[in-house]
Amino acid sequence: MFSGLIAIAIIMCAVQAIRAARLLSSAVWLAGASALTALWLYILGAQQPAVIELSVGAGLVTVLFIFAISISGEEAFTAYPRVPRKLALLLVVGAVALLAVDLAVASGMPRAVDERAVSTLSDTFWNARALDMLVQMVLIFAGVLGVLNLIGHEEIKEVETPGEIQIAQTHLPQVVEPENEELLRV
Amino acid sequence: MNLSPLDTAIFLVLGLFGVGFYALLIVRHLIKLVIALQILVKAAVVALAAAGAASGKLELGASLALSVIVVDTVVAVVALALALQVRKHFGTLDVSELGTLRG
Repeated sequence: MFSGLIAIAIIMCAVQAIRAARLLSSAVWLAGASALTALWLYILGAQQPAVIELSVGAGLVTVLFIFAISISGEEAFTAYPRVPRKLALLLVVGAVALLAVDLAVASGMPRAVDERAVSTLSDTFWNARALDMLVQMVLIFAGVLGVLNLIGHEEIKEVETPGEIQIAQTHLPQVVEPENEELLRV
Repeated sequence: MNLSPLDTAIFLVLGLFGVGFYALLIVRHLIKLVIALQILVKAAVVALAAAGAASGKLELGASLALSVIVVDTVVAVVALALALQVRKHFGTLDVSELGTLRG
């Protein structure tokens, strides 16, 4: 009963995140959906994903959204949607129906019983899925580069001088002193 | 009717998937598209955790859900950075305006 109420609240938060006119409201509704998802995962028994979802999904991602919205500003569109609403609704109903049939078939299938000893989450992470961890590290590195791109705003402007085009990066420090430029050219 | 958390998981996954997919089709705002993607990934996280609990391998489901959460965060960061670059170069966050890309 309690998990059902939480599930309804999560879906309502998700709908509000899409329907909200202001982007900031959308980000806050999404944070609410993340927090409730964390609670739902905790009830299911997956405590570690619940904690990560609460800290990363509801915390870090929301901060990133608010940061991006504050840079880009609110921009309201009054034009038509990309896909006609009726066609989109038809596609969604079809996809959800297919997924429901798939889930119903999968839940009726016999489950494989694992005879091995019960492993811990850290065993699964560091032993069974070691390659996945490496890939994740690379992805996290890509994410760090993304954050640097998000935060670092280097304004690149092109300055035309007679005979050549110089690209001046205004926020980068001047490494070479003007009087030493002649030495570099030699 | 008394539904267990695993039963409600199916409805939750279907609901989140429907909302996220509909938003992906309808929305034109780049940042809202990222929000729709986040909702879709939440459906995947819930599905993985529930599948792990249903099959008796909760650790495997939890570890996969953890991976999805981490990767989803990275995707959100990169997508937001791209959205800001689009805003900087095109002056808008409308996806339809990106159809004028040349070269």
